[in-house]
Formats: sequence, structure tokens, C-alpha cells
Amino acid sequence: METIAVSEIIANEIRAHGAETYPHECCGALLGVDSENSREVRALHKLVNRRDDSPRNRFSVTSDDVRDADRAAQKNGLEVIGWYHSHPDHPSLPSEYDREHAWPWYSYIIVSVMEGKPGKMASWRLTDDRLRFEPEIISPEASAAPESRVATSNLNTTSSGGSK
Amino acid sequence: MPVNVMIPTPLRPFVGKKSAIELNAASVGEALRALTTEYADLRKHLYTDDGKIRSFVNVYVNDEDIRYLEKENTPLKDGDTVSIVPSIAGGR
Repeated sequence: METIAVSEIIANEIRAHGAETYPHECCGALLGVDSENSREVRALHKLVNRRDDSPRNRFSVTSDDVRDADRAAQKNGLEVIGWYHSHPDHPSLPSEYDREHAWPWYSYIIVSVMEGKPGKMASWRLTDDRLRFEPEIISPEASAAPESRVATSNLNTTSSGGSK
Repeated sequence: MPVNVMIPTPLRPFVGKKSAIELNAASVGEALRALTTEYADLRKHLYTDDGKIRSFVNVYVNDEDIRYLEKENTPLKDGDTVSIVPSIAGGR
């Protein structure tokens, strides 16, 4: 399975963007670096959702926005390695609509925002045959909802305490 | 006539990681057909099953969107640059 590195700071920026635009979908570009063995998000390029006819369940990024994002990435020695958007009151699973409109190679991060509160985050890549999305591991541990991150952190503390 | 086709990052893995490809074509449609003939794996990402350019695939000739020119019939001349630019869409 592929992996994408997303720092806690950037993961929180995505969550905050999703909460800010709730109940509408947020969207933006993932700027970063990609190599044979690794992919890392270094910055976000926030965008305005152009689907003003149906912003609660659709997002759209125009080709002009894509070119702006490309320029922003190049200015910082980065490239656009994917896109993020939110699913208001819906899980962070890609929809059929997501799949039909996806490009290969890009990472697609989806954050679920339930009743205005950002929750689980997941990343996906379209398979080369366009038939499905494959999950991508978000590291380090940025994918869990804030509540479960606390639980994990408590668990780790307990676990390390017990091994002493 | 020789034209340059600029390939966006997500499609480069299907064209030997090249960012631009030079080919001979007299129209945009001809250029895209030549491209997808040489690199067959590109076809499904650029065209729907019934052979239409996908809605999120945008094609420019020297910075002019072909939707405002003559679409796939837009003529090309020596040295023109044809750019394939993604637009992005999705939702729950």
C-alpha cells in the first residue's frame, strides 16, 4: 500500500478548512514532493469550491485554479501531488462521483465533517485502470479523528508505562 | 506539422515520465489521437468509453481553451503548444 506523509499541522489545517466551510465541501491542493519511494505533503493551497449550485455534496476546481496551484507549488520548489476535500455529514470514503472524476497518480485526501466537527481523514489513489480507489496510508497517524487520537495517545502512554 | 503536447503530472507515468511530447498533427483531435495511439494507456484517462474527451480534461492551444476555438477541430500550425490541463471534481 502507498503511503503519504502528512504532518499534524497540515492535517489540522485540512480539518479546520472542512469545519470552516461546513455544511459545504471545502477543497484545496496538496503541495509537496514525490519520489519513487515516498510522497510528502509540505503545504496546502486552499481553494474556493466553484460548485455554488451544489456545494453541500460536490466540489469543483477549475483548470485555472489547477494552473494557479501548479504555479504556487513551483514557486516553492514543490509540485501538486494531490487534492483534498471534505465530506460534510458523510464518511471519508470516496464516492462513485469521486471515482468517475478522479485522475490517476494524485493523492485524494477526504476529511469527514460530522455536524460541523472534523473527524476521520483518509487518503486514496485511483488505480491505473480507473476501476477503483486504493486506500493510502497517511503517516504519521494523521488519519484518526481527534477523539481517537487522544485515545491512542493515552493507550501509548499506558503501554509504555506498563513496560517499565 | 510538429507541435508540442504538454503532459500534466498525473499522466506522465503513462508516457515514460515525459513532460512534453513532440508529434505531427494538423488539428487538436489529430494530436490527441496520435498521442493515444502511441501511448494507448492514456486513452481511458482522456476519453470516455464512447470516445468523447472527458469533462475534466481541458485542452489549450497556446493558452487558449479549445472550447472557445474550434474544439477538437482547432487547427494547429508549426510550433504550437497543446496543453492538457486537469480540472478536479468530486463529492460525497
